Amino acid sequence: MSLEEKIISTFKQKNSKLAEVFNQAFELFEQKGFPTKKNEDWKYTSLKKLLKTDYSLVTEINNNIEAKDVEPFFIGADTYKVVLVDGFYNADLSHVDTDKITISSMQDAIENNAELVEKHFAKVADNNQEMVALNTISFNDGVFVNIPNNVILDKPIEVINIATGVLGDTLIQPRNLIVVGKNADAKLIERHQNISENTILTNSVTEISVGENAYYYHYKIQNDTEVSNLVDNTFVDQNRYSNAYVDTFAFGGNVTRNNLSFLLNGENAVANLDGISLLNKNQHVDNFTFVDHRVPNCDSNELYKGIYDDKSKGVFTGKVMIRKDAQNTKGDQQNNNILLSENAQINAKPQMEIYADDVKAAHGCTIGQLDDDALFFMRQRCIPLKEAKAMLMYAFASEALKNVKVEELKTQINKQIAQKLGVNIEFGV
Amino acid sequence: MAKNEEDKLINDVTNKEYEHGFVTDIESDTFPKGLDENVIRGISAKKEEPEWMLEWRLDAFKVWQTMEEPDWAHVKYKKPNFQDISYYSAPKQKPELESLDEVDPELLDTFKRLGISLDEQKRMSGVAVAVDVVMDSVSVKTTFQDTLAKKGIIFMSISDAIKEHPEMVKKYLGTVVPVKDNFYSALNSAVFTDGSFCYIPKGVNCPMELSTYFRINEEGTGQFERTLLIADEGARVSYLEGCTAPQRDENQLHAAVVELIAMDEADIKYSTVQNWYPGDKNGLGGVFNFVTKRAVAEKNAKISWTQVETGSAVTWKYPSTILKGDGAVGEFYSIAVTNNYQQADTGTKMIHLGNNTKSTIISKGISAGHSENSYRGLVSISPNAKNARNFSQCDSLLMGNTCGAHTFPYIEARNPTSHIEHEATTSKISEDQIFYCNQRGIDTEKAVALIVNGFGKEVLNKLPMEFAVEAQKLLEISLEGSVG
Repeated sequence: MSLEEKIISTFKQKNSKLAEVFNQAFELFEQKGFPTKKNEDWKYTSLKKLLKTDYSLVTEINNNIEAKDVEPFFIGADTYKVVLVDGFYNADLSHVDTDKITISSMQDAIENNAELVEKHFAKVADNNQEMVALNTISFNDGVFVNIPNNVILDKPIEVINIATGVLGDTLIQPRNLIVVGKNADAKLIERHQNISENTILTNSVTEISVGENAYYYHYKIQNDTEVSNLVDNTFVDQNRYSNAYVDTFAFGGNVTRNNLSFLLNGENAVANLDGISLLNKNQHVDNFTFVDHRVPNCDSNELYKGIYDDKSKGVFTGKVMIRKDAQNTKGDQQNNNILLSENAQINAKPQMEIYADDVKAAHGCTIGQLDDDALFFMRQRCIPLKEAKAMLMYAFASEALKNVKVEELKTQINKQIAQKLGVNIEFGV
Repeated sequence: MAKNEEDKLINDVTNKEYEHGFVTDIESDTFPKGLDENVIRGISAKKEEPEWMLEWRLDAFKVWQTMEEPDWAHVKYKKPNFQDISYYSAPKQKPELESLDEVDPELLDTFKRLGISLDEQKRMSGVAVAVDVVMDSVSVKTTFQDTLAKKGIIFMSISDAIKEHPEMVKKYLGTVVPVKDNFYSALNSAVFTDGSFCYIPKGVNCPMELSTYFRINEEGTGQFERTLLIADEGARVSYLEGCTAPQRDENQLHAAVVELIAMDEADIKYSTVQNWYPGDKNGLGGVFNFVTKRAVAEKNAKISWTQVETGSAVTWKYPSTILKGDGAVGEFYSIAVTNNYQQADTGTKMIHLGNNTKSTIISKGISAGHSENSYRGLVSISPNAKNARNFSQCDSLLMGNTCGAHTFPYIEARNPTSHIEHEATTSKISEDQIFYCNQRGIDTEKAVALIVNGFGKEVLNKLPMEFAVEAQKLLEISLEGSVG
């Protein structure tokens, strides 16, 4: 039985107010199945090879994970800690000692926070996308975060997704909902970690609603093992005067696809997307971003840096849509790439669809190499080639770290970059 | 700009009528509507083609029948009914014209109205342009053939070339744009009725601009022409192409194929001023312009495409260059203006295969009215193309908030020594710029003209002299009211 059939056959009608959403998503997935390369949005990323694996579906909670298994993956700072094990919220490993905000499992929220969930669930996540529909019909659990109005969160939230692989090769599908109230300010760090040797395919959906005048920072650390694959679907709904930041740092993993959508629904909102992809071996990372300017006076800033070595493959799609009413929009997009090896490749598609006239929209895309003169200069000063290259690469990529506002996280990212580049340098900007 | 002035300008722009919309009352020989093997045999028989050509067409027809019409472009239109088109229409004329005097006076009058005076050009020498005139996809007159022949240049209609130089046509036809390349290239291969053929021998610098003028005249017809241009080693040529059509309520289909071959060190400059009937201000009628243009550049060869696109209801056109040889250079300069309900999806492909290949893409889109204007392009660097270099710039100018401007660039790099830069911007004419002009006594209308001209300058400058004037005039007509 193929994975598609397996999922379709296990789909159960749910008796809740959300039943309609589930049924629609089911119909879509039943009809379309997994996306193929024929789908223009998936032109450069094929799931075919991944889907050859016979994945198990997780059905029950695994309680055999201990705090020491999870500990190494936190950033080592004072944070609110959330642990999801195989897509299930684990209350024992999570530490959220505050009553200012609500953090709970998604299942719990569907029952106890029904009003809020109904208001936001599947509202911005596009169930016309196959992978989102798939998650909608077959997710088990996830994390629900509610930051009430006017709460300035004192420390960041860390969400660690642990894949145990106890069932062998596994498909994991967390479903998260984050609601940030008016005038609130919060930061969240998300990480996926496979602690087994088995192949993992994670298909995650996160919906984020950022309230009026709120600030929200979301950092994605993708530094998983070589047998881990991730399809991340994140949708950000922005209200008036809100500022949202999503940073994606892709260093590890096998095949990673980041579907990141920003829906600007309130005037004067600002969307910020940053990303660094640092790949080698056979890694494949596809950053598929979509910024939808629906109302006037919004800004969007996008900066993605990519460095590709060995046989790695990078994909960048930056779609900026400026609708008819979205006058006075400023849309800026930059995508810079460095190819280091003859077998590495990059496919970039910076697109703009513009229907309003009073706008300033620009995109730039470059593909190039390290500057030979700069390398020579450094080598003259006794810096070995490898280190010199690493320093240049860090200098190139670090611009995308500008919105990392958590010191410990920045330190950790710098360490991960140094590790990935195989040098022992303490980077810092 | 004051709001009412702006509205007036936009109003003027959108209400401008098409000026080449007349119909020439000329007797023509037209096939009944419909498409099947017999029609293809009919076309081939009419053209007195050799057997191999007929077979080539029939093979293409078979391929076409298995293909589906593409729908990935950012355009919406009612798909043409391919059985409701007449595939052959030729002005009836006396065979074997000896001189221009024998050309149908109606026909000459048509071309005079279009601004191409065949007589005058005949008399002028030195700076003249050799013209091949194609009406309803049949070549009616090629000028200056004798002068060119002295240099060994072959410039004639492709029907004549099939008869007179079959070995060359056979060798190159369909090599750059294969029959099964896409839906419309397959259709064209099956039913093309005429077009131009040009061969520039080794080391020859073509002494004059070569030009083809295309005109759709007959109702209910489609125009399918085929251009094949071969520049042998070290040859140089500049080629121009212009097109117009009468004003009609129906959508006429124009599906052309252009193949350029630039051998080692050759240099081809191919310029197009496309002014097919764009439909009326409500989007009724107009020509569907679905064109496949492609060039192959061998070692150190250079291909330069320049296009000014102002006409057609729907345009679907991507003049491309395959940079096959080491050191080949590809250039693409384009201005696309859309107004009313026009839709354009145009751009280029630069396929870098050779080492040290370079390409430049400059695309300027201007949208007004309810139109949609898209740039779609591909820059591909193959793993073997060392030190490839590309620079792309796509700028769009929006006039009014009912139109759309889009960019869909695709960049595929497989080689670590390549340098690729892509930039795109979208904006409207800024009030500051208008104000600056106003301060200096330039009225708003003139100021807009100035700014639009400046916006398109990079591309207009690339056009050959003879065409630059026409192109500027065309821009003015397309956006009249806002252009001086």
